[in-house]
Amino acid sequence: MTEREYAYYSGCSLEGTASEYDASMRAVLKELDVNFREPDDWSCCGSTPAHTVNHVFAAALAARNLALVEKIGLNTIITPCPSCMMAFKKAQHGMTKSESFKNEVNELLDEPYECGVESKSALQVMYEDIGLDAVSQRVTHALPGLKVAPYYGCILNRPPEVAQFDDPENPISMDKILLSAGVDVRDFAFKIECCGAAFGVVKREMVNQLTYKVLSMALDAGANCIAVACPLCQQNLDLRQGQVNSTMGSNFNIPILYFTQIIGLTYGLSPKALGMDKLIVSAEQIIRSRITVEELKKREETEAQVKAKKPEKKPVKEEAKPEENE
Amino acid sequence: MDVINLSCNVDWNFIEEVAKESGQNPSLCYQCGNCTAGCPYTQYFDYPVSQVMRLLQSGQKDTILNSKSIWLCATCETCTTRCPCEIDVAHIMDTLRIIARRENRVSEKDIKLFYDTFLDSMKQFGRIYEVGILLAYNLKSGHFLADSDLGPKVMSHGKIHFFPKKIKGRDKVAKIFERFQDKVKKHD
Ligand code: SF4
Ligand code: SF4
Repeated sequence: MTEREYAYYSGCSLEGTASEYDASMRAVLKELDVNFREPDDWSCCGSTPAHTVNHVFAAALAARNLALVEKIGLNTIITPCPSCMMAFKKAQHGMTKSESFKNEVNELLDEPYECGVESKSALQVMYEDIGLDAVSQRVTHALPGLKVAPYYGCILNRPPEVAQFDDPENPISMDKILLSAGVDVRDFAFKIECCGAAFGVVKREMVNQLTYKVLSMALDAGANCIAVACPLCQQNLDLRQGQVNSTMGSNFNIPILYFTQIIGLTYGLSPKALGMDKLIVSAEQIIRSRITVEELKKREETEAQVKAKKPEKKPVKEEAKPEENE
Repeated sequence: MDVINLSCNVDWNFIEEVAKESGQNPSLCYQCGNCTAGCPYTQYFDYPVSQVMRLLQSGQKDTILNSKSIWLCATCETCTTRCPCEIDVAHIMDTLRIIARRENRVSEKDIKLFYDTFLDSMKQFGRIYEVGILLAYNLKSGHFLADSDLGPKVMSHGKIHFFPKKIKGRDKVAKIFERFQDKVKKHD
């Protein structure tokens, strides 16, 4: 694999409640030989609150960080958080499309941003740059019994003109990455439905109702785990799962893992290094089910042998019997 | 459902203002309803997003700016993605929110307060500080116990840091805020 260097922007939530996303992301990128550097002294991207004030202002808060990346001579920035990524992509889009917008943004900055940085989600980098083959090459462990519903959330791939990645209605990048890691992936109809985003604190019931639907649909798809790529999705689905159960009368108990945590588990990384202990709904069962790929092969071989040795019971008689109760 | 008299109170300037500020052409909307069909928040909106578009076409400034919809919109981009006329509907919703803010008529005070608390934290530290935001919001909104049930969970899982991370360049971030505020004042 060719060596690539990226700027890595973790974003504020990954310093706080989503520290396990940061830890697992760094660990997995390292396994994949990705070189990344953090721009020094990065600031908050502005997220949703900034664009309710003014678009130039919002773009400036994001562009300050892109300018820092330019300064260290890199031209691609990886952000694990879709909200940060959207702030960057929107600033970039607006500033390259309109010269006057670019000037207005730069008027607010100490040092101008020349628009030389492309932002990508970590998912996009893994899918497009690193490639599925490289992702699967590192796999040493299997997670038998795990059935994952990949949940993309709303803005990872939309709007297509700005996101420029995967399909806006039926994204498949996370599905394919998890499949490459040998994981059983379920087709999930709610993969792009909004989870309630940043309204958790202010409109808690609304968020609980929206996440209820996402959780139910994942169970309907036969999943026993949801994979996410967004700190807000994770928080709404995991931390608030208890709230959902008490407001909606449900009894969900479904672990919500960052996709990087799942990949990290298949790479044999320690649960501690992947921050598995930070999950509110326990992933203990998933961790305990982990075996090496060799063990899995042996297990499958023995199972096949047992099947082969035991000649099929002659079911003829049984079947021929009419059902007594009918 | 409210009946809105579209023939009175038509504010042509408002249509112009939104079109210019959003860079979108609201008159392209032919009311197919795709945006509303996909909007995950439509059940909470007082006017579904396609109706906001219709109200906009007919210059119903007051109804729009006083609506809850523009604040409950989460910018999930579903409407923009699905509009057959390629209108960036989410961007129009965003622009309407910005105008409502500017004109000081915010129907959903708590949502705005939450956003403002977030921005205050950013201005002060350069990065946001989750616990601080929650505490400040609870104090200012009077919802003292919002999410207090989550506290023990978050703490026992070591998911928070207790102090804000102040960055070196926080004055530079604060300057972006100040320059922007100066610019706004000049235009007033
Ligand atoms: S962006 Fe707003 S209006 Fe559009 S679909 Fe999402 S929540 Fe609804
Ligand atoms: S999808 Fe577009 S054209 Fe259809 S109602 Fe919504 S804004 Fe109008």
